[in-house]
Amino acid sequence: MKRYDAIVIGGGHNGLVTAAYLARAKKSVLVLERRPRVGGAAITEEIFPGFKFTMFSYVVSLLRPEIIRDLDLPKHGLHILPLESTVTPMENGDYLAAWGDHDETRRELYRHSPRDAEAYDEYGRLMHFMAQAVKPILGMVPPDPTSFAPGDLAGLLKLGKHFRGLGGERLHALVKLMTMSSADFLDEWFETDVLKATKSASGIIGTFLGPRSPGTAYVLLHHYMGELDGVFRAWGFAKGGTGAVSEAIASAARSFGAEIRCDAGVSKVLVRNGRATGVVLESGDELSAGIVVSSLDPRRTFLQLLDSNELPAEFVADIKRFKFRGSSGKVNLALDLLPSFTCMPGIGRQHRGAFSISPSLDYVERAYDDAKYGEFSRRPYMDIVFPSMIDPGMAPPGKHVMSIFVQYAPYHLNGGWTDAKREAFGDAVVNTVESFAPGFTSKILHRQVITPLDIEKITGLSEGNIFAGELALHQLFFLRPAPGWAKFATPVRGFYQAGSGTHPGGGIMGASGRLAAMRILKDRA
Amino acid sequence: MSLRTTPFHPRTGPLSEGQAWRRWAGYVVASAYELSHDREYHAIRNSAALFDVSPLYKYMVTGKDASRLLDHVVTRNVGKAKVGQVLYTPWCDDEGKQIDDGTISVLGEQTFRMTSADPTLRWLHLNASGLDVTIADVSETTAALSLQGPSSRAILQIAAERDLSALKYFRLTSAKIRNIPVTISRTGYTGDLGFEVWVDASQAVPLWDALIETGTPYGLTPAGMLALDVARIEAGLLLIEVDYFSSRHALIESQKSSPLELGLGWTVATDKERYNGQAALDAERKRGPSWQFTGLTVDWDSLEQLYADVGLPPRLPSQAWRTSVPIYDRGGHTQLGYATSGGWSPLLKRYMALAHLGSEHAPGMEVRMEVTVEHHRKQAKALVTPLPFFNPERKRA
Repeated sequence: MKRYDAIVIGGGHNGLVTAAYLARAKKSVLVLERRPRVGGAAITEEIFPGFKFTMFSYVVSLLRPEIIRDLDLPKHGLHILPLESTVTPMENGDYLAAWGDHDETRRELYRHSPRDAEAYDEYGRLMHFMAQAVKPILGMVPPDPTSFAPGDLAGLLKLGKHFRGLGGERLHALVKLMTMSSADFLDEWFETDVLKATKSASGIIGTFLGPRSPGTAYVLLHHYMGELDGVFRAWGFAKGGTGAVSEAIASAARSFGAEIRCDAGVSKVLVRNGRATGVVLESGDELSAGIVVSSLDPRRTFLQLLDSNELPAEFVADIKRFKFRGSSGKVNLALDLLPSFTCMPGIGRQHRGAFSISPSLDYVERAYDDAKYGEFSRRPYMDIVFPSMIDPGMAPPGKHVMSIFVQYAPYHLNGGWTDAKREAFGDAVVNTVESFAPGFTSKILHRQVITPLDIEKITGLSEGNIFAGELALHQLFFLRPAPGWAKFATPVRGFYQAGSGTHPGGGIMGASGRLAAMRILKDRA
Repeated sequence: MSLRTTPFHPRTGPLSEGQAWRRWAGYVVASAYELSHDREYHAIRNSAALFDVSPLYKYMVTGKDASRLLDHVVTRNVGKAKVGQVLYTPWCDDEGKQIDDGTISVLGEQTFRMTSADPTLRWLHLNASGLDVTIADVSETTAALSLQGPSSRAILQIAAERDLSALKYFRLTSAKIRNIPVTISRTGYTGDLGFEVWVDASQAVPLWDALIETGTPYGLTPAGMLALDVARIEAGLLLIEVDYFSSRHALIESQKSSPLELGLGWTVATDKERYNGQAALDAERKRGPSWQFTGLTVDWDSLEQLYADVGLPPRLPSQAWRTSVPIYDRGGHTQLGYATSGGWSPLLKRYMALAHLGSEHAPGMEVRMEVTVEHHRKQAKALVTPLPFFNPERKRA
């Protein structure tokens, strides 16, 4: 039987990145994917003939440019297209728009508040500095603050120096970002409610928090990190949808010699004398490997693939405490014609960007209120894009696909999710869009509604959390996924973790997968 | 108005959001239609872009000796070309130094259309003495559009109501688009799947309308020179007066280049009778050219470090640049050559440059490129990279 240097469990984008880096370093690598195709939550599927849906994740936020270069992804078909504008329709028929051009955006804001138009630049400058300050952390293996190991001390020293180098003003801003709610933080800067609502909405994505919940301000920063990349433009829409990102990474991994096997779910990781020796497939077959890497979320990695007696009891308790609480759903539509929004009638460049359904802070907070008490939002926050306007190949010529990210749709719904509840949720989404774009409903050719339960069933992500574990401050950096085990190794020798449930996690970034591969190669050197 | 507008201007003029125009051969064409050229660039690689390339100089060369004349002028073998073929070719002076580069379309046994970047009428006449040939300057009466990108064929097939899958790379065919007679050549300046459509200037506007109407559902986007400039660098295609100087404009010897030094050795025929520059080129080929035209990839970590040293995130040019930039050896002291064009590739996420280097610097070799960081001259690490940077299969498929 062939023995691999490494077996990677899960063919999501992080698992594929790990596999590609390991294969690039001349290791024999096998990726095992449970589904018939790679991609995990980054998949594009033709659900309705001729219409390609970015099933779950729909934009590429922060895919690391070094990964694109190291793996030569453009050669394997990756093309990230800019997504430039955001239009927020308001309930009074007006709108707030942010365009690709700075002057145009400033003039638009001036219409709402001359004061905010000026504050916007200063805010942007501060956030730019803050993002610059936080960004190196994304590429860093988190040092353990309780450890006296030379590597951890050096890492902490580097981190300490880094923060001291920020200076007073920025350090204060960082503390505020780490502790405040996004609504409060934005209140310090702006008076235009719709602006605060739209900005804060980006701070709640994938969390079970509202814009007035403390800790959400930090997530605002994530958006500026994409902008930091400025001309590098890591932020955008992948040609062919996010599935094309996965396919490109898979193709790169294969070109380095990695094997990828689909329809090959793993039921257990084999452990002998505290050391991982291989895996057992759902089919019962056993495969052996020098190391085993799981790119699944922490719950499945540790509580499902391993027997808990292989792990320290406290660690198991920590993993059990790790919060998932999926809070978002997705509605994908095939459209005969694009919808015309009341606030900006007609079809135009606005359809090439996003529409944010976040007309006021109260609106978004109320959407959260529903979820807090176990219901989906009757009028949810939505982030809408028309992928076919960016990549016309996503739909037949002249037809369109519409991707609606919806929050909140709690995993733990009162009474549980049923088919009827799913359709009621889909109706709430469609009816809300209809209220901003009358006539929209009649243009729908096909509707796909995805609840957190569906996300869990299809991708395996526990509780349907799109970030493989909530991106809340208490679950980041050296606490992701558990104190003492944030450095991709696990209590089982030869068993590593590489998914979004590890630092830095979240979004199609690939950073977790890359850092895990680096760690493995260092251990094996 | 002292500068001319092209026959497409009634359509391109109103599209210009920022009134950004560039001069080209005495005409103005759009630098970018939108405020930023970003989307126009991505259209080239993602869907399809439509460029107005009418300012090219165009000559019809006809008659019994037409092929003989062209064979005497250019370095490619025109006599061997078949009807329906298009040749990309440079042409040289007697010393084998490049004057210009362009294309020759073989429209019939005795009918050729030549395009050039500089006026070439006099040069053709000078070379035509004693030959039975007619040379007509059709620059103003022939308009041209370049339709480039992965969806270009699908769009053109519908517009021309015919299958174009048999039209190979660097071949042409005549066709009708909404009853407008056109020549379609599978050529372009982007290194992608693409076509150029040649039309009588009087029919320019209806042709534009036909292509835009057909192409819009496929994402066809009018695009300007800024977007084209990025694509042509990715494709490693050189530009006169930027990457090399015409030997007829050069003031000193060192400003001249030979096709062999410009990476165009493949265009210099070894199987034809006397042509301008032949002896010099044969000799140069024998001893090996001393210069080469190559790609450079600026090392990202090195560039990032230079900016981090002054507390800034890396800054990249938002447009392709076209200035001369010194290239040094690894030690940073000895100048090895110079880059002439460069820019950030949004597709490849790489900072690329086109450079003249001594022939001995093989791909993979490490050099230093001068970069200005916060007003200070620094050197970033760069690797010699074979051209083109981007070469999709669809270009020839």
